[in-house]
Order: sequence, then structure tokens, then C-alpha cells
Amino acid sequence: MVTPTGITDPPTPQPIPDMPHYSPEEEVDSIYVAPNWKLVWWRFRKHRLAVGSTFIVILIAIVALLPGFFSTKDPHESVAADLLIPPQRLHFFDEGKLQLFVYAIEGARNPETLRMEWQTDYENKVLLRLFSQGYTYEILGPIETDIHLIGLIDSDSDEPFHLLGTDRLGRDQWSRLVYGTRTSLSIGLVAVLISTVLGIFLGGLSGYYGGTTDMIIQRLIELLQSLPAIPIWLALSAAMPRTWSVEQTYLAITVILALIGWTTLAREIRGRFLSLREEDFVVAAKLSGSKETRVVFRHMMPTMYSHISASVTLAIPVMIISETFLSFLGLGLRPPAISWGVLLQEAQNLQSIALAPWLLLPGLAVIITVLTMNIMGDGLRDAADPYSH
Amino acid sequence: MLQYIVKRLLLLPFLLVIFSIFAFIIIQAPPGDFVTSYIADLAASGSSVDQAQIDALRERYGLDQPMHIQYLKWMGRIVTGDLGFSLDWRKPIKELIAERLMLTVLLGLFTFVFTWLLAIPIGIISAVKQYSFLDYFFSVFNYFGVATPTFMTALILMWLAFSVFGVSITGLFSPEFVDAPWSMARAEDLLRHIWLPMIILGLDGTARLARIMRANLLDELNKPYVEMARAKGMSEWKLVIKYPVRLSLNPLVSTIGWYLPLIFSGSVIVATVLNLPTIGPMLLRSLTNQDMFLAGTIVMIYLFLAVIGTLISDILLAWLDPRIRMG
Amino acid sequence: MDNDTNPLLSIRNLKTYFEMDEGTAQAVDGISFDVYSGQVVGVVGESGCGKSVTIKSVLQIVQKPGRIVGGEIIWRVQQADGQEKLIDLAQLDAQGKKMRSIRGSEIALIPQEPMAAFSPVHTVGSQIIEAIRLHTAVSKKEAKRIAIERLHEVGMPSPEQRMDAYSWELSGGLRQRAMIAMALSCNPRLLIADEPTTAIDVTTQAQVLNLLRKLQQEHNMSIIFITHDLGVIAQVADYVVVMYLGRIVESGPVDDIFHNPQHPYTMALLESIPTVHSASKEFLPTIEGSIPHPFNRPAGCPFYPRCRSFIPGTCDTQTPSLQPVNEKQSVNCFLHHQTAVEKQN
Repeated sequence: MVTPTGITDPPTPQPIPDMPHYSPEEEVDSIYVAPNWKLVWWRFRKHRLAVGSTFIVILIAIVALLPGFFSTKDPHESVAADLLIPPQRLHFFDEGKLQLFVYAIEGARNPETLRMEWQTDYENKVLLRLFSQGYTYEILGPIETDIHLIGLIDSDSDEPFHLLGTDRLGRDQWSRLVYGTRTSLSIGLVAVLISTVLGIFLGGLSGYYGGTTDMIIQRLIELLQSLPAIPIWLALSAAMPRTWSVEQTYLAITVILALIGWTTLAREIRGRFLSLREEDFVVAAKLSGSKETRVVFRHMMPTMYSHISASVTLAIPVMIISETFLSFLGLGLRPPAISWGVLLQEAQNLQSIALAPWLLLPGLAVIITVLTMNIMGDGLRDAADPYSH
Repeated sequence: MLQYIVKRLLLLPFLLVIFSIFAFIIIQAPPGDFVTSYIADLAASGSSVDQAQIDALRERYGLDQPMHIQYLKWMGRIVTGDLGFSLDWRKPIKELIAERLMLTVLLGLFTFVFTWLLAIPIGIISAVKQYSFLDYFFSVFNYFGVATPTFMTALILMWLAFSVFGVSITGLFSPEFVDAPWSMARAEDLLRHIWLPMIILGLDGTARLARIMRANLLDELNKPYVEMARAKGMSEWKLVIKYPVRLSLNPLVSTIGWYLPLIFSGSVIVATVLNLPTIGPMLLRSLTNQDMFLAGTIVMIYLFLAVIGTLISDILLAWLDPRIRMG
Repeated sequence: MDNDTNPLLSIRNLKTYFEMDEGTAQAVDGISFDVYSGQVVGVVGESGCGKSVTIKSVLQIVQKPGRIVGGEIIWRVQQADGQEKLIDLAQLDAQGKKMRSIRGSEIALIPQEPMAAFSPVHTVGSQIIEAIRLHTAVSKKEAKRIAIERLHEVGMPSPEQRMDAYSWELSGGLRQRAMIAMALSCNPRLLIADEPTTAIDVTTQAQVLNLLRKLQQEHNMSIIFITHDLGVIAQVADYVVVMYLGRIVESGPVDDIFHNPQHPYTMALLESIPTVHSASKEFLPTIEGSIPHPFNRPAGCPFYPRCRSFIPGTCDTQTPSLQPVNEKQSVNCFLHHQTAVEKQN
């Protein structure tokens, strides 16, 4: 019997001369076994919410890949005159015609509070177009371009155009959010990759060998899981020298997140290994003299791929939230780095939120990303393992 | 049962030693020792420091000795109740954190009770009435609860309260009670303020626990003993509560081990945003100001609370589940 | 045996379907049989033939999305004034008071897996006491006394101590005995045993079967005994119902079924039992093919793709019905349908 995971290759049907009624087509048809990924996909497809979420996740991933293209301004450029401009709503139709524009915005200093106050000027429209020219950036590595998804028709105009408003240094929040997407998503991904490798390795050791190895690793996992994560992260990140560059802190943060995050996956992998160890096909492989590495990588691991991918999908949002926490508290990434947590630092107290509530918008990006990734991961998990909750 | 608890209790000092080493490493992690930063601090404020004073300090904290001696000295002081001195606040640490610690624990316990009271019924209803409107409703609530970082919830509620009602909801006391000595009126004032941080802090946990409860109960509902109870002629709700709910509480109880630490540590962020007088914001400040003895002490407290959480969950589990008690 | 002419339980054209996204599984599709007072009715069939769903329907504990969609389950109730009353269980509210007062007290169940049918966190005693107190207004103390008596009756060694034991502390055989004690606790008139010996080893099996037989005679109970094991049926049953894919293919007294089977399926089943006389190197005959998936049940007689006596043009187009072949046996097969056979000729 061919297992659905495709562990053993189905033998190619040989014509058997002694069987008169044998028809190969019919036989092949009746023993057709869908590969596991296909079964998973069939089940996943039924979960409409998860499929919808996957599309959103893909969109977010594209934004993270091409932040320059989606941005409208240089995310680091601060315009002293354009402080705390509220978001300008994008309009698609101008008097029935398809035309992208925002209404112009006028600033005036309040003589009492000495703050800039912005008024939408409904008389003037700032006309926009797709694939406009803007500042020069590097797309996918070294290629330079100045094409942006959306921008002013008149690229030389300095009319304020800020889809999500500006922060207290007059930087365009939309562009910063787009660049933050890249940082936050990639931190999540890298941290999860590290913790996945750790989790598979230690969980696998634990489950495959059992005994003392298992005992030690299990105690270690229990110890790590009973640690209060946030104070530990905080303490570890505080121990990072302030002099480190953005890249160094970035790396350190991912390692800190990964070191604490691998335990859940390790536990799951261990459980799988423990039960797989007793399965007939594993025992058969061992008895027929397969090397240990072959048993593990050729026979056991393939049955776990879908499960691991679900766990990874569910772990990324945890990492993203963690990074946001750290940076929000000022112990993670620090400016000039841009991440969702760094952006939300701007909205740390009541005064700034009361003054500029749009500074909370990066939080919405966090919620949407985490939400869709969780739904996608749940759908994937259900599809990978339909018999458990 | 008693034997089991004793076994767990014997493990406690062992865990604390490991944790204290951990906390010590954290104290030692930043470059330079704290006397150096103390001197830098003093120098910055213009006061001069004489060498004798520095040496006395170094000797007192054993900074001229190897690491393990320093660690033992630190532990020795902690065991005798001397938590050390905060250079940032210029106060003994014990004095600094006593009330804050109490408020932290209080907030944690309130949140814990709140989450359980909410999560268990939600989990039961979602499982028993699977695929009903309520199940979907709670499902959506759960997804948002898990996806929203606690500080976002805090910020949004703060902003709403400010923009709609014009009130600023920060702190745990009204201004007149912040520094007041304890009295009935102050306790009452505390209760009037604590519910909001409690809800914010508990939302994420409620979502998680309700999800766990639902999944556990769905598993249990299909077990033969449920069918057997039905075949005995028990009424549906009574049997659901008596058997499957009772059994799905066990895995929920084992979550206390990580959930209590999660509440306490999660409160760091909420407390910072809402400006609560708990040890969380103090940890943050001590870390940013490199006030390492205070930071180490607070981390140690968090670790201790975590151990207590695990202990409570182990004991409760043994009490609830005879298989563990006798196994 | 009291040879009442009226059956205690009478199932008529019972249909229990499972409506799922993928389609409707007709788990029980129009079955009828009677259980008389003091009679042991054996229901045999391969797994998935609907035998368990049948008895769950009788108790009204079919799990969602399963639902009784048609038919009657007539239960004869002995009222206090000596009068008899007929109740259609299929019409009762599954969770209503009336149904619950019958479940567990008049009709009791011995489940398939005694291990899992006891809650692992409650003592065996407390679960038996609960069963007693659900249906009889007795004090806790009195209920405990009855429970110990019942445990004693089923041959549980030192029943007083076993009251405080958890199910996982007992051996498989003792667990099943405890289960039987619980089922008997309210003196049921009908005992439904759902493969009660499948999960325990062969030596204990025989003890449990003897115990059931003994208790049945002492209490003059009726038993519906479900199993896939024809050997067990031969040991305990008076009357046999053979099921295949939600339908009854043949029914009759146990001797007739074993010595004079009429349906090709029954014959095939009986041939696949090893006997002492069969030569040792010989292959045991098996039934070709496997049970079709309930969603794509074949048109016509559900057994025709595996049937040796398949009549092309008849079995795959028309559905046979259960008809008497002699005064004792009924068979659901075109081979015995006068009309169908005539049509063929």
C-alpha cells in the first residue's frame, strides 16, 4: 500500500501476461493516491476565510518586498513645515470621471497654542496618477528606479500629499508604514526560521531518542516556557550595547525572539516523533536496515511538513507582536530603523494620541497582519491534520 | 497527594537557584560594573567622589572578586532580606518596590479571575453550540483578542475615553490618593480604577483560554463516557457540566503554569502605557537607566511569580485529576 | 421465558440518516425487527453496517448530524396500574424528561469500550450511585448499598473497595463487569449490549458472556446484542438479525440462521468462519470486495457488487425488500422474491 505521504514510490505497473482481463488504465486509475500536499490543499481550499486571509497575507508580503514602489515619499525625509498632517482621503472619481485625487490641505498656526492646524481645502484638488515618478529608490537590490505605485501627476509640486498623514517630524506615515512592513515581517520570518531549526532539531532529538535526552530537553523546555517572556526580552535587549548599528540590533532582536520562541514547535515535533517512532512504516524502515538519517529525513520528516508549515505560520505573528512590543517600549529596534513598533512609539502617550490619533494606524497594520496570518495558519493546521482540533 | 506536593516544593529552591543565576547574568550583562556608572552619574551631577568611598562600595558589593563570589554575596544579601540599593532612585530597593509589588500581584490576580470567569463559559457555549451564531461571534472575538497587542487595546481605549468622555484613564488611583496612606477610601478608589487595566490585560488571555477550552471540550464531548452518561438518562446540561467540562478543565488548569507569568509580564506593557504604579514600568526605567540591581531584583521577582504559578497549577492539577495524583 | 405475544420493543421501518456537506449517509435505512420479553436478539454485521446507529436510535443518543428521519420505535410500557401502554420512542424529544426516564432505567446500555465509558476522574462507585439516583428516589446511603449489591452480583471481587476505585485501576474484565453492574442498577427490562466483548481478551470474553446469559435469565431481561462475531452470536442469541449497509438482509431464529442461511451474504459470512474441520493449509473463504462508502451506495441491492448470485438487470436496478421465506425466517433478496424471480424467467 502506498502511503498518502508519498514515502514509498508506487511501483510502476508491470504488464502481467497471465492475467487476461488486466487493463492497466483502469488499475492505475483506481489506485491513484493524491500526494499529501494535494490533500492538504483540497481541504484548505474549503476553508474560505483562510483562503481570503492568504490573499491578504500575500499582498502584505508583496508590500514588504517592494516598499519603495508602494511608498509615496522618502520615509526618512522630514519636512519641518508639514508636522502632524491628518490623513488625506483618496478619491477615485472626479465629477464622474475616473481620476485619483486628494483634496488639498491648508495649514495655519493657532495663535494661542502655537500649533499648526490643518484644514482640508475642498476647492483645490491634488491630482494623482498611478505609476508616477517620485524619489529614487532601489528596487529588489541594486536596480534604481523612481516609479511609484501612486503619486502626484506633477512630480515637481511640493503640495502636501499624505495618505496616512505625517508624524511629529513631518515624515510621511504611509511610506514609513510600508517600509516598517518590510522590517517587521522579515524580523518575524527570520526569528521563526531560527526557532524552527532549533525546534525541529531539539524536538526531533527529544522525540526520536527518548530517554535521558528527552528528559533533559523536556526540562529545558518547561523551564523556558515558565519564564515570563516579556521581562526577559526586555532585560536581554537592554543588555545590547547602545552603540550597535541598526543591523546588529536587528540581528540580536531576532536571536532573542527565536531563543525563547522555539519551545512550542519543539514540543509538537517531539510529540510527532514519539508517535511516529512506533508506526509500522518506521519500524519497517529500521528493520530493513535504513540508516538513522534516512529513517528520520526520508520516512519521518515528510509526514510532518504540513504540520510544521502550519506551526511556522502561526509562530510568525507571535514574533511580529513581540518585536512590536520591544520596539514600542524603546528596547527593540531604535530609530533610524523603521518598524511597526518604532512607528507606534510615536503614539506612546495620551497627549500624542489625542493630538494625532492617526499615529495609531500602524497598530491596525499589526492587527490585520496577525489576524490574517493566524486565520491562515489555523486553516492550514486543520487541513494538515483534520482529525485533531 | 501530600507526597506529590512535597516533591514539587522540593523542586522550588532548585528552580530559584537557576533563576537567580539567570537574573544575576542579566545584572552583569551591560559593560562595566554599576559602581562605574554610579561614579559617572555622580560626576555628571557635579559631585566629587573620593577613592576611599569607591573602594568601600566595591568591597561592599564584592566587585573586586570573581563572578561566582559576587553572585554568592548577592544571594546572601537577598536571603537576609537586603535587596540592595537603587542608584537611580537613591532609595533601598525593598522600600521602592513593596507597594508596587503588592499592586502588581493584585492586578494579576484580578485579571486572572476575570479571564477564567469569562473564558470558561465562552468556551463551553462555543463547544456545546458548535457552529452556532454565538460560536462564530466568539470566534471572531477570539481572533481579534489574540491579534491585538495589549498596548494597542490600552491605547485605543485610552483614546476613546478621552475623545468621547473627555476623561483620562491612567494610573490606579485618583490624584488625591496617589501618595495617601492606606485606608478604606484608598482601597475603594483602587477598585474603581483597577477594572480597566484588568480588562485590557485579560482580553488576550480570555481569547486564548476560551479557544483552549473550546477545543478541549469538543474533544471530550465525543468521548464514550459522555454517550454513556446520556444513556444513563442524565439531562444534557447537567452531564456536560459534570463530565466533559470537568475533564476539559484539567488542560486549562495546566495553562496556569504559563498564563500567570504571562499576565504578570504582560502587565509590564499595559502598566507602562496606562502609567500604573506597578513594578513593570519600574523595570523598564531601571533597564533604560542601567539601574541593574533594581532590574535584577525585579526580574527575579517575575521569575519567582512564574515559579509560584507553575506550583499552583501543578497542585491544582493533582487535586483535580486522580490519574496525576496517584500516577 | 414468558412467551408474550406482544413484542417488548418493535422497530418499524427505522431510518437514521447523517446529513453532511459531502452528502447524506443512510446509516440505517428502513429496518424492522421485534424484541420479545426475555429474548436475546443478536444483531450481526461488518463494521459500518449501521448496527450501532440502530441501537443509538433506540436510545435516542445518535450524535449530530445523525437524525432519525422516519419510522417507529414502539416500546411497551408496564404502567403502575398493570395496564400496558405503547410509546413511540422515535417521537419523543431526545433530551426530554420522558425519554430520559426510559433511558438508563428501562433500557440500559453496555457500551463497547468500558475503558472510555467511565469518566476517568470520577470513581466507579460514584458513577453507579449516580445512575441509581437518577431513576430511583433513594438516599445516597441506600444507593451505595444497591451499587455494592450489584457489583457483588456481577462477580466483582471485594465490591466495597472497588466502589472507590477509578476505572483505569481495574482490569478490562472487571471494568466490563462494573459497566454491567451500572447497566443493571435500575433493573432494566431491555439491555442493549454494543459489542461488549470486543475490547477484552478471549478468556474474559467467555466469562462476561456467561455472566450476561445468567443475569438475563435471573432478571428475565431482553437483550439486544450487537457484534460482528458470529461465534458470540451462536453462544448467546435466540434470534438473529443480519445487517448490511443499513438494511436487514436476513433475520430468523439462531438455529435457522446458522444451519439454513438463505441470503448470499449470510452464507458468505458463515463460510468465512474457521472451523476445526477445515484443512489447515486451506485458504479461508472471504467476501470479495469491501463495503461501499455510505455516500455512494450502489443502486439496487446494496450487496450486489460482492454477491455470488448477482442477477444482472435485477439486483443492480431494483431494491429487494425483507420478505418471509418460511414461517420463521425473512430474507431481503431477489433470489427469494417470487415476483422478481418470475420476472427473470
